[in-house]
Amino acid sequence: MRDLVTEHRLNIVLALILLGGPLIAHFADEPFLVTLATRATILALAGVGLNIALGLGGLVSFGHAAFFGLGGYAVGILASHHQTYEPLMTWPFTVNGSNQMLVLWLVAVLVSGLAALVIGALSLRTSGVYFIMITLAFAQMLFFFAISWPAYGGEDGLSIYVRNAFPGVNTLRPLDFFLLCYGVLMLVLLAQWRMTGARFGIALQAVRQNEGRVAALGLSPYRIKLAAFVISGMVTGLAGALYVDLNRFVSPSMMSWHLSGEIMVFIILGGVARLFGPVVGACLFVLFEHVFGSFTEHWQFFLGAALLGVVLFARGGFIGLVAGRARHD
Amino acid sequence: MSLLEVRRLEAFYGASQALFGVDLEIAEGELVALMGRNGMGKTTTVRAITRMLRTTRGEIRFDGHDLAALPSFRAARLGIGLAPEGRRCFAGLTVAENLMASARPGPWTIDRATALFPRLGERMGQTAATLSGGEQQMLAIARALMTNPRLLILDEATEGLAPVVRHEIWAAIALLKQGGQSILVIDKAFSELRAVADRCVILARGQSVWTGTPAGLTREIETEFLGV
Repeated sequence: MRDLVTEHRLNIVLALILLGGPLIAHFADEPFLVTLATRATILALAGVGLNIALGLGGLVSFGHAAFFGLGGYAVGILASHHQTYEPLMTWPFTVNGSNQMLVLWLVAVLVSGLAALVIGALSLRTSGVYFIMITLAFAQMLFFFAISWPAYGGEDGLSIYVRNAFPGVNTLRPLDFFLLCYGVLMLVLLAQWRMTGARFGIALQAVRQNEGRVAALGLSPYRIKLAAFVISGMVTGLAGALYVDLNRFVSPSMMSWHLSGEIMVFIILGGVARLFGPVVGACLFVLFEHVFGSFTEHWQFFLGAALLGVVLFARGGFIGLVAGRARHD
Repeated sequence: MSLLEVRRLEAFYGASQALFGVDLEIAEGELVALMGRNGMGKTTTVRAITRMLRTTRGEIRFDGHDLAALPSFRAARLGIGLAPEGRRCFAGLTVAENLMASARPGPWTIDRATALFPRLGERMGQTAATLSGGEQQMLAIARALMTNPRLLILDEATEGLAPVVRHEIWAAIALLKQGGQSILVIDKAFSELRAVADRCVILARGQSVWTGTPAGLTREIETEFLGV
């Protein structure tokens, strides 16, 4: 119980640091650092999505970049059609593009959720290493589909030139866009926290511990896992939507297996199944990339060393190191 | 009509046959003791009834429904609640979460479950892993009751527990029976089973070999099939 209180306090401190850092950078006239923090925030959101499946449900998905990329392409395609004034389709009814983030986010979440439903429905028939491989295979299929889709840039990707709009916010200003992303991240974390304590979240954790026992209690483990996988995919898809607006660019690399691995690294670095684990992990990742990346192009060596250290000596990740073991460890 | 009817039940683990013809009936409100030496097929029978073991032949009907084609969670939803052998609580979840995870609408609520086992009420915020064996058994029974079952199955209800805890569990079972709960109990404490059961079914080498009231359980039968 003491550890739980420590973790809550640590989470509040981390949320304040993530908010305070870019605010200071903004007033110090360092917009690049604000953008860096925005990148970390969006990647953290992608990690939060995977953490629902991996951390709470024990579903080691190695294909979550697919949802990140699908969310990104949903935004990229609709925004590019809006910019060229060409409708997306004219038959049987006309669908125009959009530059409204609220619309784009909704589409991104629906598209990635639908994909997660299909991929999850098939993948969750398997388990263990087969589940890892089948999710990777689906992601690779979508990756190669994006590469061979010339209408939307193929391998070169698709630029959207102008950041999309959000009511009442000047999204072109780095701080405003950061605050928007930060707000989304906090809302999703709040929802995840509530979900973890709700019956669905408890059942999901029970499924991770013993599927057969959950079934004997009258709950369908398959449906619980599928629902978690879909929610997880939707959150990661939303992160992809924000990422495209950050870079004003979408490309197949958003669906690459490297990115799936990186999202998993965020979680392991920060702490599997810990609420703020992916947040810490993504921030550390971006920090390593920026700090060590300025000295050497092989900055991943240092990331690898940190990951090795966590796996060998701090299984609960950064959060576990500071706040103690999670009660389900 | 019986609540549970098992006829000529055969069960298999891969190529190995474990049950060779089990017959079992439980009426509404009845407490049936499933008895037998170790390895005679009691837990396998429970696993077949709850559909955790699906490679079976024969007939299993619960409240008129054929369970043969149903997955485990569907059988449980019809109203079969299981407190399994070895307790198997969700170790990382708290007592309250263990109870919440299985809760289904009906008369059994967390308050009623903790009234039956007051010790659980004092441990609501503790994880199941930190409970004693007896408390875990109470949690396993309470968790099964939270599904509001029409039939409660207790597999090795008091195995490995201290005498004082066993006494508490038997008292709770007697209370449940008094309340009209249908129960199937497996346990090695034959004298306690005889005291509480309406009927006994004895398994030997994967077959039901004797069925009757506790009064009819003679010394000869006990010696032959139970090794008492």
